[in-house]
Order: sequence, then C-alpha cells, then structure tokens
Amino acid sequence: MKRIYADLHLCPNLKDSKHVSQIISKASKLGYRLIAITFPSNLTEEEIRRLRNISKEAKIDLASRVDLKPKTPEELIYDLRKLRRRFEIIAVICESKNVARQAAKDRRVDLLNFLSLDFRRRFFDKAEAELASNGLASLEIDIKPLLTLEGPTRIRLLSNLRREATIAQKFHVPIVISSGVSDETLMRKPKELAALASLFDLDEASAIEAVSKNPLAIVKRNREKLGPRFVAPGIRIIRRGKDC
Amino acid sequence: MDAVWSAVLKLYGEYGASRAGLTLIDYDVEKRFAVIRTVHTAVDMVRTALASMTRIGNKPVAIHILRVSGTIKSLYKKVNK
Repeated sequence: MKRIYADLHLCPNLKDSKHVSQIISKASKLGYRLIAITFPSNLTEEEIRRLRNISKEAKIDLASRVDLKPKTPEELIYDLRKLRRRFEIIAVICESKNVARQAAKDRRVDLLNFLSLDFRRRFFDKAEAELASNGLASLEIDIKPLLTLEGPTRIRLLSNLRREATIAQKFHVPIVISSGVSDETLMRKPKELAALASLFDLDEASAIEAVSKNPLAIVKRNREKLGPRFVAPGIRIIRRGKDC
Repeated sequence: MDAVWSAVLKLYGEYGASRAGLTLIDYDVEKRFAVIRTVHTAVDMVRTALASMTRIGNKPVAIHILRVSGTIKSLYKKVNK
C-alpha cells in the first residue's frame, strides 16, 4: 500500500483565501495527503467548512488544529476542557516547565512543541519524556527554523534537537516532523523533511514514520474519539434503534 | 552549482563536501530542471543539503528532488514518463 504523508503544521494567513489555496495546493503537489492548518480558537464553523472545501478541491485531507500557549497549567486545563472536542489536533507550545509537565501528563494533548531557541527554555528532558510516554502526547519538531537559521544559532538548535530526539526515542515517545511554515517557498516534500531530520541524527526509518505513520495515527485516533459512535476507548456504538 | 556547493559546505563542512563528488550534468533553464551527479554514498547528504537551500543569491528558492536514479539514461526515462 502506498505510504500516506502528512504535514500537521501549516500556518497560512487565514484572512487571505488566495494564500490559503496556494499553500494547500502546493502541499498536494508535494505529495502530502493530509495536512493540518493552525486555526485560531475562535474560528467559526463556516470558515472551517470553507477551508475544507478548498482542500477537497485540491484532493487533500484537512485536519483542524489549534495551538495552545498557556502561561500556567490551570490555564492549559481550562483551554483543553473548552477546545478538545472542537479540534482534531491540540498542540501545546510549552514555554514553562510546569506547562510542559502538565501537557505531557494530560491525555487530551496530542503534540508538544518547544519553539524556543534558548536551550534553558526547552523542557523536553527525561522526566518530560517519561510523562509523555505514559500519555498520548508526541514530540513535534518544526523544520522551519532549520531552513531559516544559519551559523551558531542553527548549530545550537541542532544540538538541542539531537538531544530531544534521542530522549524521545529512548522513552518511545512518537516524534512528528512538521514544516511549521507560512510561506510556500519553505515547503518541502515529505522525503526532504525526513532528510533534514538526519541533521539531528534521526535515522531514516524513524524520520519517514515521523512524517507518515505518527501524524496519521494522531488524526485517526482523534477522529474516532470525536465521531458520533465513540463511547470510550475500545467501546463504540454499532447500531442504534429500538430492537438492537 | 555554487549555491549547491555552498549548502553542502554549510551543513557538512569541507570534508563532507569533498565526499559528495558533485557534478552538474544538465540544466534546462526553461523547465527549471537540473540533473546533478553525486557519489552514491552521499545521496542522503546531498538530498538534505538541497532541501536546506532557501536562497540562490538574493532570490528565494525551493529545490525539490524529482527522482534519484543510478544511471542518467534511466533517470531521463523515469522523468519523461
């Protein structure tokens, strides 16, 4: 069966329909069959439907995603309660240790993202990985900084990513590689994203899984949970009616 | 080609670049399509370097790899399909 590739972090300007169409059709041309676009938490159903129509025309599946950037664990819990059933993917941008720990523990979180280039503000360590391995969170790595940075900054980033990828693999935390781009020219084919992952010593098989199997598993799991037939893990409604 | 060399150099240094054995075989200006030869053991390295390129001179670019093949003849056959 042909492998399906996914990019779970595209950030087009949602106010510009033309830009959104360009990004979606470029993703389709590059070989992705599933993408996720970051939506603001207050996006209306009509707007989501419009974007789904655009992606349908481009013959690509669109998953809805929201990025949470809470300042405290309590704020994270509040946001998760409010938004979990509205979006297919929930990513948490962890800017403090407490938020990172809470996000790793919480089974409602799909992706852990550490945007900071400062190694002191990247909290994916062994403790974090252990918590994530007991939950459902995956480590998301955006490739955009690897393309836009140069010199010592990129070297430091690669060093951090190498450490985090090693820890994630040791604790069996799934890694998801996304582009994280808002510009068409920075989009890359799935195998090119996987090739860039070799810069932080991720082996080829794991890198390919990070752009295919891992992101697809997250979307499949959440679509099942958000579907009308879902009751609890392993339990779903098969038939409704008076005489079942 | 200078831009490609520069990308390999930036990521892998002079030692890495010396192992790549890069040669430009063909470049079609109209179709914006190039054929580059490299040592087979350096394919992944060159693939990564090409993917990391974002500019040639002052122009923003994105380089995508269409095909990798062992011989030039079969490469053209696959690409023309």
